Amino acid sequence: MSDTVSLPVIGSHEPFDFDTASTAAAHNEPLKRTLNTAVMRQYTGRQQRMTDLPDPDAIRTLAGDIKQHTLDYLDYYLDQLVTNVERNGGHVYFASNGAEAKQIILDIAAKNRATRVIKSKSMVSEEVELAQAMELAGMDVVETDLGEFIVQISHDKPSHLVAPIVHLNKAQVAKMFADYFGTPYNDDPKALTMQARDYLRDKFRKADFGITGGNFLVAESGLVACVENEGNQRQSVTTPRILVSLVGIEKVIPRMSDLAVMIKLLSRSATGQPITIYNNIFGGPRSAGEKDGPEEFHLVLIDNGRTEILQSEEYRETLRCIRCGACLNACPIYRKIGGHAYGSVYPGPIGALITPLFQGLGNYKDLPQASSLCGACYEACPVKINIPKHLINLRRDIVNTHLNGPFERAFYRFWAWTMTSRVMYYVMTQLQKFDLRRRAVHSGWVRKLPLFGSGWTQVRDMPAPARRTFHQQWHGKK
Amino acid sequence: MTRRVALFITCLTDQFYPRVGVAVTKILEHYGCEVEFPQAQTCCGQPFFNNGFHPEAKELAKRFVEIFEPYDYIVSPSGSCTAMVREQYHQLFAHDHAWEHSMAAVTGRTFEFVEFLDKVLQVNLSDLKLPQSSSISYHYTCHLRGIGVKDEGLKLLQQIGNVDFRPLEKTDQCCGFGGTFAMKYPDISGAIVEDKVQCIADTKADTLICNDAGCTMNIAGMCHRERMPTKVKHISEVIAEAMGLDLSGW
Repeated sequence: MSDTVSLPVIGSHEPFDFDTASTAAAHNEPLKRTLNTAVMRQYTGRQQRMTDLPDPDAIRTLAGDIKQHTLDYLDYYLDQLVTNVERNGGHVYFASNGAEAKQIILDIAAKNRATRVIKSKSMVSEEVELAQAMELAGMDVVETDLGEFIVQISHDKPSHLVAPIVHLNKAQVAKMFADYFGTPYNDDPKALTMQARDYLRDKFRKADFGITGGNFLVAESGLVACVENEGNQRQSVTTPRILVSLVGIEKVIPRMSDLAVMIKLLSRSATGQPITIYNNIFGGPRSAGEKDGPEEFHLVLIDNGRTEILQSEEYRETLRCIRCGACLNACPIYRKIGGHAYGSVYPGPIGALITPLFQGLGNYKDLPQASSLCGACYEACPVKINIPKHLINLRRDIVNTHLNGPFERAFYRFWAWTMTSRVMYYVMTQLQKFDLRRRAVHSGWVRKLPLFGSGWTQVRDMPAPARRTFHQQWHGKK
Repeated sequence: MTRRVALFITCLTDQFYPRVGVAVTKILEHYGCEVEFPQAQTCCGQPFFNNGFHPEAKELAKRFVEIFEPYDYIVSPSGSCTAMVREQYHQLFAHDHAWEHSMAAVTGRTFEFVEFLDKVLQVNLSDLKLPQSSSISYHYTCHLRGIGVKDEGLKLLQQIGNVDFRPLEKTDQCCGFGGTFAMKYPDISGAIVEDKVQCIADTKADTLICNDAGCTMNIAGMCHRERMPTKVKHISEVIAEAMGLDLSGW
């Protein structure tokens, strides 16, 4: 799919052509098959594991409240976090945007003469394109998460928040390995994994710079919590001399006891696991007597548009997101077009919501429109972000700022006006009935509609209205 | 005490599936409700609200509240229009003290048909039986989520005798209708409804139950385009058939 869809450079602020990207994806049969298998497995896995909990709905409410409370008092908790990270011996930096964050990290590397980087999976590093910047600066950067490693060697982009190569099948991955390593084609997943493992082991041994993201930052302890399944991140946080964690400011939670709630939900929502294989909770350099851990620990907190969203009481809730990807797996649209068609590192329902907030509604005005508002995302969200409600509010913003056409606005307003009286409603329904029944001839079905209706008949037939509406039939009663 | 129930027919059912309105009316009457049909009703405002035209939606919401306020219950054969009233009116009338009392009274008494049968009338359909065995599958329409309805429809359907129930794979996956979404993004909507119709075909059922007119138009439209013989019906049509009710009108 990466050959058919060209992705915009993140932050380029050019209007994204969603129509072209999504149409190509919606007709890509192999992509849809691959997506369906992988995504349905994660979706049903989440449903099963959530029912393990005594009251799944109550714990989602609690998790949402924890995140909302922290966002409402973010300045307080950030202060507390910084104090505690520094008390643990770590260094803290604030970056207002991606360029600043990258410069801070490059400076830390330069100062320590570190060049061999092992990087674990992190969405915020994708957001600011950190690995690319480090490579440009001449560093040897390797993505150590298997999925991200495949993305890196194939010069692709992740298409899912949790499963970056969910758009690829086994054969495609095997071909990439054969091309990259120059070894014979072998599509046995175990053999491919062992091949990557051997390659990465050597990188782990030699690395002097580790990079992670962070799922949660615990204010009261000054610790970073990161979940993973491959042990690669454990390497990043224990082996290299220097450790940097790049984390969005919205990831703070107040207490360690809150972390217990969040972890319980994150792993279930993301992969349908009761808990991930590795749960790394770290912060500060190696202390006397410890056998592993970095000599220096640096925490880079990035804003990159988050405080703007924080200022909006209406949209602040969207910052609760813990990037579990459950809304992607639940979404009928994501299941058909995959992540690349959203033109952003954050795809799916949550991406359709936060990408316009981060990158400008004018650049991504299709994303909030391209939703059937089915509500599966809200039902799946572990922190209860009401995604459909916010998408509708973005549509309201599109209307209010005239980002849609004048004809469209006039059409809806006229239509709404005809609904304000019984007589006009009657006239409109009779006109529509006459028109559709004429087009249906005698079959009861319309095969082709003009103008706006052509989208309907492009894929399916339109039933003709009944001979008499219910309003008319009611007249015959009694 | 007789329950005075106002039927909220919804625009699409009014025009495309009036027999569903007849079925709902006759079934509610069968259970002792006094059914009325406020003739001034038009649209609840959902298309305008969902597309971002909130002042226009609010005007229609006010009309709805005024028209339906006198009744004990408001019952609709559509989950999505019920969800519009129950979920979205609160946002439209937030901080509007002149309206919020009436609005809350009306939204608190508005029910989707199946929900009303199950939660208010608490019916049991076990003594009903279809005249002959029929293989029936069931699509979970999305907006039932918004109003907290889960498998009530499925439960009622399976109580009816002679129903050879066929589970539908991905029953809770949207059919791709989404109102104007179906026309604005035909390729995506098409891929989704294609998947739905494939799952329906796999059940080999004669009939699919779909309790929302928009979804029915979409799924039935795709079945017709694909020349599939599957009939798409509202659950009220099946219940009416089991009750032996005449749906040709009055």
